Amino acid sequence: MSPTDTANELLKVRIWRGREQGRLVDYEIETRKNQTVLDVVTEIQHRLEPTLAYRFACRVGVCGSCAMTVNGRPRWACRTHIKNVVTDNTLTIEPLRNLPKLKDLVCDMAPFIETWQKAGAPFSGTATRHDKPAAVKPDSAMRLAADAALQCINCAVCYSACDVVNWNPDYIGPAGLNRAWTLINDVRHSKRELTFELAFGTGGCGSCHSHGNCTRHCPVELRPSESIAGLKRAAFSGLPEE
Amino acid sequence: MEKSLFLAQRITAMILAPLAIIHLGLTLFAVQGGLTATEILNRTQGNIGWALFYSLFVVCAAIHAPIGLRHVINEWTVMPRRWVNALVIMLGGVLLLLGLQAVAAVY
Repeated sequence: MSPTDTANELLKVRIWRGREQGRLVDYEIETRKNQTVLDVVTEIQHRLEPTLAYRFACRVGVCGSCAMTVNGRPRWACRTHIKNVVTDNTLTIEPLRNLPKLKDLVCDMAPFIETWQKAGAPFSGTATRHDKPAAVKPDSAMRLAADAALQCINCAVCYSACDVVNWNPDYIGPAGLNRAWTLINDVRHSKRELTFELAFGTGGCGSCHSHGNCTRHCPVELRPSESIAGLKRAAFSGLPEE
Repeated sequence: MEKSLFLAQRITAMILAPLAIIHLGLTLFAVQGGLTATEILNRTQGNIGWALFYSLFVVCAAIHAPIGLRHVINEWTVMPRRWVNALVIMLGGVLLLLGLQAVAAVY
C-alpha cells in the first residue's frame, strides 16, 4: 500500500467480540481514500486482532456472505464505503441482528435458511431431461413479477432489519416470503398451491406489519414488501395466471 | 386457516369502513340539537333499515375484532395459540350477542 493511500487520520472502530455474551472492543486504524467496511475488518484482523472472526467470500457484492451491522444498520460490508456510514469518525460493527451469534461478527445462518423451507421454497419441477424446456414469455406478468424479486443473494440483511422477525419467532421473514412469491409466479413449479398455503400459514405473510425495513435495507434493491403484498393480494385474486 | 381469517378480516373491514362513516356522520348530525333517548328510539323503532344496518355492523365487528385481537395477543404474549383462539371466539360471541341484543332493544 503506498503512503498516498492514507490520509493520516485515525478511524475509531468498535467491534463486537464474543458470542451472545460479549462486548465492543475499540481499535484504531488509518483512514484510507478508498475503504469499505470489509477492508476495515480485514485490516484489523491482519494487523491488530488475528483472532477476529468474520465471514466473506466474493468481496464484490455477489455472494451475500459478509453482511453485518454497521453503525446500527444491517449492510453488506464489501460494498459499504466507510465515508457513507462513518459517524464522528467512528464505526461500530456488530453481527447481524435476529440470528444466533457464533463468534465475533459471525452468525449462525441456519435459522434464516430454514425460513425458506418453511415458506415452501424448494422448487419442484415436473419435467424430465427428456422434455423440452418450458416456454416462459419474458414479458408475461408472472415472469415480470418473478424477475423483480429473483436476484436475492441470501445475505439476511432483510431478516436482520425486520422488526417482526425480532419479536415474532414464528415469522418466516421477508426473504423466505419473497422467495415464495417468485415460486408462485413460476409456471414450472408444480407445487404452487402448497407454496402459497405455507407462505400464508402460521407466521406467514399475514404476520407482516408492512414496516418496509426489508425493502429499505436490501443491498440489491429488491422489494420484499411488494412480494409480500403480492401474496396478500393473491388471497383475493387467486394464484397468478399466465 | 390463516388465509381464511386474513380474508374475513379484510372483507369485514371493507364493509365496516363505510358503515362506521355513516354511523359517525349520523351521530354528529343528530346531536346538534341535543340527544335524547326518545329521539333515538323515534328513529330506530320499527325501522327495518336501521335494524339491518346495525345488525350488519355488529356481525362484521364480531368477526373483525377477534381476528385482530388474536394477532395482537399472539404477538405480545406467550399464551398457547389454542387458548388464544378460544378466548377470541368467546369475545366474538359476546360482541355478537350484546350487539344484536342492543339492535333488538331499539327496534
